[in-house]
Amino acid sequence: MVLNELKKTFAKEILDSEARSKRRVTLRIDPAALVPISVHLFRELGFRFIIASALHTKKGFEIYYHYSYDGTGLILNLHVILDQKKPEIESLSNMFESTNWIEREMHELFGINFLNHPNLDQLLSEGNWATGEYPYRKRFKSNEEVQT
Amino acid sequence: MGFKSYCFKKSLWLFHFGGASCNNCDIEILDCLTPRYDLERFGMLLVGSIRHADVLLVNGSINKKDKPRLLEIYEQAPKPVLVVAIGACGCTGGIFAEGYTFAGPVDNIIPVDAYIPGCPPKPEAILAGIVKLLGKN
Amino acid sequence: MSKQTLIPIGPYHPLQEEPELFKLYCDGEIVKDVKWETGYNHRGIEKLAEQKSYDEVFFLVERICGICSTSHPFAFATSVEEIVGVEITNRAKYIRTIIGELERIHSHLLWVGLAGHFLGYNTLFMWAWKYREPVLDLFEMIAGNRNNYAMFKVGGVRRDIENQKIPAIEKVLSLVKKKTDLLVGAVMDDPVFHARTKGVGVLTRQDILDFAAVGPTARASGVDIDVRRDDPYAAYPLVNWKVITAKAGDVFAKAEVRLLEMYESVFIIEQCLSGLKKEKEGDVEVKIKHIPEGFGTGHTEAPRGEVFHFVLSDGSNSPARHKIRAPSYTNIATFKKSCVGQSISDATISLAAVDPCYCCTERLAVAIDRQSGNRIMNAKEIISHSASITNKLLQHE
Ligand code: SF4
Repeated sequence: MVLNELKKTFAKEILDSEARSKRRVTLRIDPAALVPISVHLFRELGFRFIIASALHTKKGFEIYYHYSYDGTGLILNLHVILDQKKPEIESLSNMFESTNWIEREMHELFGINFLNHPNLDQLLSEGNWATGEYPYRKRFKSNEEVQT
Repeated sequence: MGFKSYCFKKSLWLFHFGGASCNNCDIEILDCLTPRYDLERFGMLLVGSIRHADVLLVNGSINKKDKPRLLEIYEQAPKPVLVVAIGACGCTGGIFAEGYTFAGPVDNIIPVDAYIPGCPPKPEAILAGIVKLLGKN
Repeated sequence: MSKQTLIPIGPYHPLQEEPELFKLYCDGEIVKDVKWETGYNHRGIEKLAEQKSYDEVFFLVERICGICSTSHPFAFATSVEEIVGVEITNRAKYIRTIIGELERIHSHLLWVGLAGHFLGYNTLFMWAWKYREPVLDLFEMIAGNRNNYAMFKVGGVRRDIENQKIPAIEKVLSLVKKKTDLLVGAVMDDPVFHARTKGVGVLTRQDILDFAAVGPTARASGVDIDVRRDDPYAAYPLVNWKVITAKAGDVFAKAEVRLLEMYESVFIIEQCLSGLKKEKEGDVEVKIKHIPEGFGTGHTEAPRGEVFHFVLSDGSNSPARHKIRAPSYTNIATFKKSCVGQSISDATISLAAVDPCYCCTERLAVAIDRQSGNRIMNAKEIISHSASITNKLLQHE
């Protein structure tokens, strides 16, 4: 199966894997390995990028990259956890057109920085509600205050 | 007959401003033009520019980006102009009123002459609202 | 950059009901570049969803977009049910499928009408919208509202479709089938329609894969994806139907795919109705008391393509994070490919061909392409030029 092969190729980078059912699989990966794994998924195996969901939790900033393997109905979630203070990850937009907007959106709403994104600035045409303020960030009691 | 009612005596031309809506109200307005409801039999016409219009139909909650544009469009309208707020969103902000981009229901921004509630209001309701508005003037 | 003329379309213009702004950079008649600006419709729904209980979220996601006001609740219900791990009753499955397919019919009719309108073929517009009304009447009968039906809930549906209503639905279906024949004739046999849409706005297979486009847009370019078949949900595994694809990738192919899909939808509903007759009336929901921690991903096939919802639950009664991906989000990006190199008069239909739904897309802010970096006009100027019917030209650089 595709997944076993993927796990073999990226044995070191895949930290954790969880399969809820045959059609829903989540792999927690090393953020540094996102680009090679995504390229492999997209170019070699023919996965389709659906979307990425960012969340802000106590662990830091998490992003789920959702991929679909059409024809089998498999949804593969690549899960990365980023640093609480300085969330940064390599951008995929140089490889795929389809991640361009969502990365800008996450940059805008969560303040996650995407390295080497072709055009990260000027996110909103008018920054009237999201300049210097990230509406989707949360505040947690136990943590020291998150810089917003 | 006052000046205002004189202005609105004959065929009214409508201009549609869709704010941050869910698009249903927009579609129901367009629906008014199609064979079943046929707004045009009252001489009403949806026009492409506010400069030609007598009535401004506003639907949807107004977000921070729409607000200056709505004001601008209102300023461009030849006066007197009637403003109709359509849908729950247009009247009060509806389900989106708690959102972080919400900039106030239509009547906080420009004076409104008629409210047509509903989510979305049926085309009949829109027609009835506009006809009532005409009776008022 | 050579001398280019900037032609703004929008944001408030009579072409489409929703506000959006296209900037077409033209050299003579040929479109060289297209940029899309938005945010006029942004309502922050994902944030609002975090403040609402699971039951209320249905009313919210339904109002993401009025035309596909079932597909979002559908995907949301699937993802929450995935967290809980429940299987809904067969009757509820059939009802969900019926609602979803009826919606596909009225949405495709709406698109066919608008496409006719953009081409100046207003007869088609009036016809399509006229025969859309009976479908909306059906919704009014079933759900009590023409749009925004509020039919879904976690674990089933809110209302039953009683067996006595079935004949009325069947009657409308046979009307729809007849009228679809009419529309197919009006589109396929019309030489002007052929001339205006063939070879226009072509998207190749590779473009589709690059932009990750979905739905009829992808199927018209020969990319055979359909969530209903690939990852079956609701009653789709219980009925027979086929996925419609076309090869050419132009506007004509998209129209063809949509029109033929309507027949399939009618076929699916007919099978669901006969399935409904076999199930016990009123057996439409499974009680769910608690939604455990975890996340669920649900995707369903909306009229425009795959809708994807990601729901994270922290065990409380409202979602901790709710991410929504509407099909237009990826489809709209293909404008960059489909419009460029065409003549300006074909731009409108190429733009309309993916059946863009800005409301869906803008439930979150979408960023604006400004590669050139220079400010072209300020907001005031944009508005004063918004009367696209006159398409005033603005000299640029
Ligand atoms: S009033 Fe209802 S139907 Fe109209 S735009 Fe608002 S949410 Fe949509």
